[in-house]
Amino acid sequence: MTAEAITTPSATAAAIHPAWVRVTHWINAIAILVMIGSGWQIYNAAPLFDGLRFAKSIALGQWLGGALLWHFAAMWLLAINGLVYVTLGLVSGRFRRKLLPISPAQVLADAKAALSFKLSHEDISRYNAVQKLLYAGVILTGIVIVLSGLAIWKPVQFQELTALFGGYDFARYVHFFAMSAIVGFLVVHVVLALIVPKSLRAMIAGS
Amino acid sequence: MRQRRIIPGVDPKLLIKDAARLMPDASRRGFLRGVASLGALTFLTGCDIIDGDTAEGVLRKISAFNDGAQAALFSPTKLALTYPESAITRPFPFNAYYDEDEAPVVDGNSYKLEVAGLVDNKKPWTLAELHALPEVSQITRHVCVEGWSAIGSWQGTPLSEFLTRIGADTRAKYVWFKCAEGYTNTIDMPTALHPQTQMTFKYDHKILPRAYGFPMKIRIPTKLGFKNPKYVVAMEVTNTDKGGYWENQGYNWFSGL
Repeated sequence: MTAEAITTPSATAAAIHPAWVRVTHWINAIAILVMIGSGWQIYNAAPLFDGLRFAKSIALGQWLGGALLWHFAAMWLLAINGLVYVTLGLVSGRFRRKLLPISPAQVLADAKAALSFKLSHEDISRYNAVQKLLYAGVILTGIVIVLSGLAIWKPVQFQELTALFGGYDFARYVHFFAMSAIVGFLVVHVVLALIVPKSLRAMIAGS
Repeated sequence: MRQRRIIPGVDPKLLIKDAARLMPDASRRGFLRGVASLGALTFLTGCDIIDGDTAEGVLRKISAFNDGAQAALFSPTKLALTYPESAITRPFPFNAYYDEDEAPVVDGNSYKLEVAGLVDNKKPWTLAELHALPEVSQITRHVCVEGWSAIGSWQGTPLSEFLTRIGADTRAKYVWFKCAEGYTNTIDMPTALHPQTQMTFKYDHKILPRAYGFPMKIRIPTKLGFKNPKYVVAMEVTNTDKGGYWENQGYNWFSGL
């Protein structure tokens, strides 16, 4: 699917989001939801924080064994799709074009404008500074959550990576907080997509 | 009521009771509940959205694929980190799918380790004979499938040394363990031959207490805790994967670290 999208740039040139962005976006959406839902069930088996448990109704897999099966199946989808997305984002220049530069002053100004409902959504092909920051941030968080996940999964074979995350126990906290950041992003992201429906249409139909 | 043992960041109730609670519900049809709403099931199974057995079958196939991936990642020479005495988690948690007072009681005097399968010498081993084997020591991290970890100190004989002594065919694929309470485990031969895989007779330089698997535990710091059988009474070198207690219920078979 993505290969076709890359070889026919003319067909998607007018689109706000080229086909490879849309395809990887929705695959990622499925993968991340499975990872989060099963991750919550896994978390419940040995909670990091007293009193914080995830309700079974929103967790995935029914028991630890089921959740682990989901988590270690969806990880391939998340990692491979993520690798394709990041590679194409870098190679095509889309990340540089759409996400850079990020000026702190502009982020503040746009955040203020957004909170007073004065931020324009006329041209959704250009990201405002807050969007740039959030999208760049969530991509980096995605990289952190995959790497910290590998550090927890393979603390012997990948022990150098585990050490980079402060050891096995600390890497669990990193993994948890990266999940929290992604969930926080998701809430804002979905709410805003619903407030500005044409952005949702662009991610489905391209324009 | 028995005093519950506590390690930092871990719910003590979970440590002891949890395995039982985490047992799959009688109705395994509920295995995938909550998933259809994510719209993920169709994608992962490519077929019947409400057929939980099909989805579980697919997930188990991916888990088998993950066994292969982990076997490929496994380095026969890469050692698990070792720690100083000061890092030992005290008290080291008891963990099983039953309460500590339900743990098997094995009589050390009549104990005999049965040896079977692709080995030259199938003579059973008494505990005195096992204790006479050369002793090595390790302080390593035990990582539970639940996520918590604890550092412990184990002494015993490298399993590879024992396999050599009994004339085991180390080209065989698996070593299978059977425990006093009926628990079972199968491990891959490369892991069985790993230098840190140990037939453990002592914890913290004292004869293994009942809670930690008297008279013998197989300590494997390159595998999750449930692949470290306690109360081992028999082992078999085999080319047939005989599965294991948790593996058969859905935990990943290889479960390497």
